[in-house]
Amino acid sequence: MKALLVGEYRDGKVLASTYELVAFAEKIGAQAAMVVIAGKESVPKFDGRLHLADAAKHGEYNPDVHKKLIQEAVNRENPDMVVLAHSSYGWDLAPRLAVALGAAQISEVVGYADGAFVVPACNAKMRRNLKSKTPVTVVTLQSGAFTLDGDPEGAPAIEPLDTPDAASTIEFVGYEAAQKSDVDLSRAEVIVSAGRGIGKKDNVEMIAKLADAIGGQLGASRPVVDSEWVDHSRQVGTTGQTVSPKLYIACGISGAIQHLAGMKKSEFVVAINTDPDAPISEIADVMVLADLTQFVPVLTEKLKVM
Amino acid sequence: MKILVCIKQVPDMEGKFQIDADGIWYSEEDLAWRMNEYDGYAVEQAVRLREQVGAAADLTVLSIGPDRVREAMKKAMAMGCDRGVHIKDNDAFRKDPFEIASLIAAFAGGKGFDVIFTGMQSQDRGSGQVGVLLAEMLGIPAVTTIVHFEFADGTLQVKRELEGGTKSVVRMKTPALVTCQLGLNTPRYPTLPNILQARKKELLSLEPSDLAKTEARLTTEKMYFPEKKGGMVLEGEPDKLADQLLAILREKTLVLR
Ligand SMILES: Cc1cc2nc3c(=O)[nH]c(=O)nc-3n(C[C@H](O)[C@H](O)[C@H](O)COP(=O)(O)OP(=O)(O)OC[C@H]3O[C@@H](n4cnc5c(N)ncnc54)[C@H](O)[C@@H]3O)c2cc1C
Ligand SMILES: Nc1ncnc2c1ncn2[C@@H]1O[C@H](COP(=O)(O)O)[C@@H](O)[C@H]1O
Repeated sequence: MKALLVGEYRDGKVLASTYELVAFAEKIGAQAAMVVIAGKESVPKFDGRLHLADAAKHGEYNPDVHKKLIQEAVNRENPDMVVLAHSSYGWDLAPRLAVALGAAQISEVVGYADGAFVVPACNAKMRRNLKSKTPVTVVTLQSGAFTLDGDPEGAPAIEPLDTPDAASTIEFVGYEAAQKSDVDLSRAEVIVSAGRGIGKKDNVEMIAKLADAIGGQLGASRPVVDSEWVDHSRQVGTTGQTVSPKLYIACGISGAIQHLAGMKKSEFVVAINTDPDAPISEIADVMVLADLTQFVPVLTEKLKVM
Repeated sequence: MKILVCIKQVPDMEGKFQIDADGIWYSEEDLAWRMNEYDGYAVEQAVRLREQVGAAADLTVLSIGPDRVREAMKKAMAMGCDRGVHIKDNDAFRKDPFEIASLIAAFAGGKGFDVIFTGMQSQDRGSGQVGVLLAEMLGIPAVTTIVHFEFADGTLQVKRELEGGTKSVVRMKTPALVTCQLGLNTPRYPTLPNILQARKKELLSLEPSDLAKTEARLTTEKMYFPEKKGGMVLEGEPDKLADQLLAILREKTLVLR
């Protein structure tokens, strides 16, 4: 089995997700080569052939140009699998490669066994095992599903990569920095987060009171932030903050992967949810099956008199 | 200007799922159906573009699936889509993203759509592929995971969401496709008069065989529930539950002092 790993680079840095691709190749016992469009000063640590195109020449991510460069690396390596991270880079680029290569694409892979790729379904409540019917398969890996045991190491054998055809219909204008957060949740010892299950804006108060009573900070899932019930500075997840408190209480949060990615390092997780199958149950130390509107005020009162 | 928005109908994710008899998909029993969350943002943005352009715009909503998907399409038409195209397919759930995109491409090809909207991903399959596949098949530019959309003088300027909240601003000429992310906008609730009016709008029905022969590139071996970590599950009356939880927190964590 031969895998071509598509490393990820942005704004001067090789991204950590690149090493999750290496971990995946190791795990499934594939022979791996890598392709990356990166700055010469920031080359991934990797033992193997590295097809390296210059980011200084090709600029920041452009799907048309990256597709052509990676196709060229595919021609050189003739892999069975082209592997990307399931990230804003990977999910944008993978289907383009799949079309160009006449390949099947399998998204958000979390496991691999006996030629079948394991992927989540229905907001991660279920799993599916998929097999590809095409000679080459493009896969994207769920963030965090495959990790290296130690620090990345190695020195690649660099093969320069370029394309004469850098025409594109998409013009990159610039980056807009993330909103600065005035609340630092990363140091909080206790976080009590509100999810869409709180039902309405008025109920934010109820969750905030619980946070207060237990000496913690208020956090939130994305829909609660998108609806402007809670400020963005309190959002937990891939597009918010990454937290690792001693105690995380998730109120009415289903536990989508992008939320879990921001809080799964919490030491102890309590989920208050009416749905026993909500994916948060996969990581919760305690699952309280209750309507939060009834349970949370009772819990808050008891904490106050303690 | 011709606009197309592609929507999928999916189960409410809070429902009680069961695996179907074939063991490769969920059973449709006891589930409530609704428009895929991400597609709600796509419809809203398409309707706003339609309103911006005015009388010269025409907005089609398309969905592939069994008859029940017409409910989601009617909602989209009540939100402001002008017409519906239903590709009637009871077996749509067996089709992989490549086949779904091929059917849409067969319909949309040569029809001169200037802007196509899809969701970033479907909540049940979550592949995040159909939009980009469709754009590649049609040979038009695509931008994924947009959280901001502007149109002026035949050019789209959009913001893509990257990890950690950074955004990338990109520009392209129409025809083009965008896939819509959470928070792009707040989808409107259809009003009663609009719901009634939508009933009179054209809802065309096509068979997949009218469009294209597709062949799957993927096979599903099985669908199943994942193993749980095996944490404690507490159930019962709130007062007792709270006492139980506090006892556990006192024993297992150091945060209650
Ligand atoms: C690229 C990308 C980035 C993303 N980034 C983030 C991110 O940074 N952070 C984030 O949170 N999400 C993020 N998301 C969104 C994520 O996929 C989910 O949509 C989101 O986390 C769901 O939020 P939720 O759990 O609050 O809502 P839902 O998924 O709607 O869950 C609500 C939960 O509340 C429960 N509930 C309902 N009523 C009650 C009640 N009365 N009592 C108790 N429980 C109840 C339900 O059973 C359900 O489990 C991202 C998505 C994408 C595609
Ligand atoms: N059966 C379908 N009918 C119409 N559009 C669909 C269908 N399936 C997926 N789409 C569109 O493609 C997007 C991505 O879907 P997916 O690749 O399944 O995650 C969805 O948000 C929809 O806009």
